[in-house]
Amino acid sequence: MNVDQVSPGGTAAAAVKPIISFRNICKRWGSTVGVDHVSLDIEPGEFFALLGPSGCGKTTLLRMLAGLEVPTEGQILIDGQDMGDIPPNKRAVNMVFQSYAVFPHMTVADNVAYGLKIDRVPQPARAERVQEALELVQLGQLADRKPDQLSGGQRQRVALARALVKKPKVLLLDEPLSALDAKLREAMRFELSQLQQKVGITFIMVTHDQNEALAIASRIAVMNKGSIAQLGTPSDLYEFPASRFVADFIGSVNMFEGTLIDDRPDEATVNCPDLEPYPIHVPHAVLGQESSKVWVAIRPEKMNLHKDADAPPALPECPPAHNVAKGEIKEISYLGDISIFHVLLANGTLIRISRPNRSRFDQDDFGWGEKVWVSWGGTSPVVLQG
Amino acid sequence: MATRRAPLEYNRAWQMKLWLFVVFFFLYAPLVALVVFSFNDSKRNIVWRGFTLDYYKKFFNNEDLLIAFANSLTIALFATLISLVIGALAGILLWRYRFFGKTAVEGAFTLPIVVPEICMGVSMLLFFTRVLPWPNDLIWPFSLGSIIIAHVSFCFPFVALVVRARLASFNQEQEEAARDLGANDWQAFRDVLLPHLKPALIAGALLAFTLSLDDFVITFFTSGPDTVTFPVKVYSMLRFSVTPEVNAASTMLIVVTIVLMALMMLIQGRGRK
Repeated sequence: MNVDQVSPGGTAAAAVKPIISFRNICKRWGSTVGVDHVSLDIEPGEFFALLGPSGCGKTTLLRMLAGLEVPTEGQILIDGQDMGDIPPNKRAVNMVFQSYAVFPHMTVADNVAYGLKIDRVPQPARAERVQEALELVQLGQLADRKPDQLSGGQRQRVALARALVKKPKVLLLDEPLSALDAKLREAMRFELSQLQQKVGITFIMVTHDQNEALAIASRIAVMNKGSIAQLGTPSDLYEFPASRFVADFIGSVNMFEGTLIDDRPDEATVNCPDLEPYPIHVPHAVLGQESSKVWVAIRPEKMNLHKDADAPPALPECPPAHNVAKGEIKEISYLGDISIFHVLLANGTLIRISRPNRSRFDQDDFGWGEKVWVSWGGTSPVVLQG
Repeated sequence: MATRRAPLEYNRAWQMKLWLFVVFFFLYAPLVALVVFSFNDSKRNIVWRGFTLDYYKKFFNNEDLLIAFANSLTIALFATLISLVIGALAGILLWRYRFFGKTAVEGAFTLPIVVPEICMGVSMLLFFTRVLPWPNDLIWPFSLGSIIIAHVSFCFPFVALVVRARLASFNQEQEEAARDLGANDWQAFRDVLLPHLKPALIAGALLAFTLSLDDFVITFFTSGPDTVTFPVKVYSMLRFSVTPEVNAASTMLIVVTIVLMALMMLIQGRGRK
C-alpha cells in the first residue's frame, strides 16, 4: 500500500477497549473455506459494516458472533469475555435477521415480549419495556396486530424492537435493508443511524450493498474470499482503496494497467497503453520499483469532458499533455441528478465519466457520437501496485 | 345473453357441470342409500317398507356391536396419538438432518404406505404369533396392543409426510431468532416450530384417526379371537344377512367421524383468528 495514501482516519485509536474481538477466526466446511483467519476489533458505539460480495464470509462472521455457527479456529470475545462455549441464548448480542423472522403466530407485542418472557422479566416491567421498544421504532399503535397484517417495513421494525428490547451490548443486522423497496430503503438508512445514536449501542451490519454501507456505517470492513480486504471509514475506502478489488467493489471505477516510468518524492509518472500517447501524472511518490507494473484507478466523477479541439486541454497542476485522453461518446445515461457518459478511447477502451446536471440544461452540453477530450486532475488517480 | 366464457372458466361449461354431477352422484348416492335404508322397516332390507327407528334401538342394545365400536374408537385414539409423536419426529428428522443412509430411512418410512395392505396384514399376523406373541389374556385396553401397534405402523408415515410437507415452508431463521432471544433448544421448538406445525399435526391426526377407524384388512389379521373392531364386526354380521342394523351401525360411524372432523375444523378455525 502506498504510504502517502493512508488517511489519518484509517488508524484506529488503540486505547478504547473493544466490545467485539475476532481473533484469528476461521470457518471451514470440509475443504470449503468460509472465513479465513479474520482478526478484527470493533469499538463500543460504532456502526460497523461488513461489506462484500455474496459468499465472502460476512454473514458467517456475523452468525459466529451470534453463536449460530461455531468457528473452526480462533476466538471471539464479546466485551472481553471469551464466547467459546457460550450458546446463542446466553450471549449479550441480538440479531435482526434478513427475513426478519418475526413469529407469525404472535402479535407484535408478543413478538417483542418473547425475549423478556424467556428471561422471566416480571409482568409490569415487561409490558413497560415492550411499549418503550415499540415507541422507539414507532410501532406503538400496532401492538395488537399480527405480522401478516404488517408491511415489510413494519415487520422489520418489529424485528428491531424485539432485538433492542433485550438491551444487547451489540445489535447485529443481517442485510437489514435488502428486502425493502428503493424509497423505503433510503428512509430506513437514515432511521437506522438515528436509532443507533438514540440507543447508543454498537451496531454491526452485514451488507452487499456498498451504497448502504457508505451511507450508514462509521467504519467498514470490506471482505473478499473469507478475508478482510480493507478496513476503514467510508471515505477511506472510496478515496484511498488499497487494492484493485476494493477500488472496483466500492463505487465504480475506471482501471488502467500501466508501467511506472518515473517515481520521485513529490511526483510520479505512469504510462498506460490504454491512454497512449499521454502519460498519467500524480503529485506524490508511488514508492514502487522503477518500470514495475501498476494499476491506476480513476473514479468516473473525478474525470472531466472537454469539447473537441486540436490540442489537449491544458490542466493547471499537471505537465502539458499529461492526464488526458481522446475519445468519442458512445452512450449517455441520463439519471436526472447526474449523467453518465460512456466514452470510447482511441485504442478501444470504454470508460465511464459522470457529470452532475447542475443546471436544467447541462445534459445538452454533450451529445451522442461527439468527439471529446477527457481529462483528470493529478490528485484523481489512485496508483495501486501488484 | 351471457358473456363469452373466459379461457379458464371451465365451471361454466355444461360438460363440466354434468361431470361434476356424475362425480358427486357416485360419491354420495351410496352413502345416502345407506343412511336412508337404516330407517327401513324390513328384515331383508331390499325394498322400502316404511320408517322405523327399531334398528337404532337394536344397535344400542347390541352389546357385541357396542364393544366393537368402543374398541375401534379406543384403538383409533391411541394409534393417532402415538402416530402423531412418531410421525412428527420422523418428519423433523428427515427435514433437519443429513446423515448416512437418509434415502434408505426415508424409503423405509414410506414403505407402509406402498406395501399392499394384505401383505402388511399377513406379516403382522406372523409377527404377533411367531416373533412377539401377544398374550390373549390381557385386560382391556392392553388386549388391543397388537392392533394399536399394527395401526401405528401404517398411520405414522402419513403423519410424517404431512409434517414434512409443512416444514418445507418453515423459515429456519425463526428458530434461530428464538435462540438468539434467549430460548434454549426445547423452548425454541415449543414456541416456534410447534405452532408452525399445528395445522399439519391436526391434518395428520385426522388422517391417522380415520385410517385406523375404518381399517379392516390389517386389523382382521392382527386381532385375537376375543377382540373385535367395528369393521370386523360389520363384516361378520354381513356374512349372515344384510339387516338394517348394519346400516344403522354404519350410519353411527359416519356421524361420529363427521362430528370429530367438524370439531377439529372448529378448533383449527378458532386458532387462526
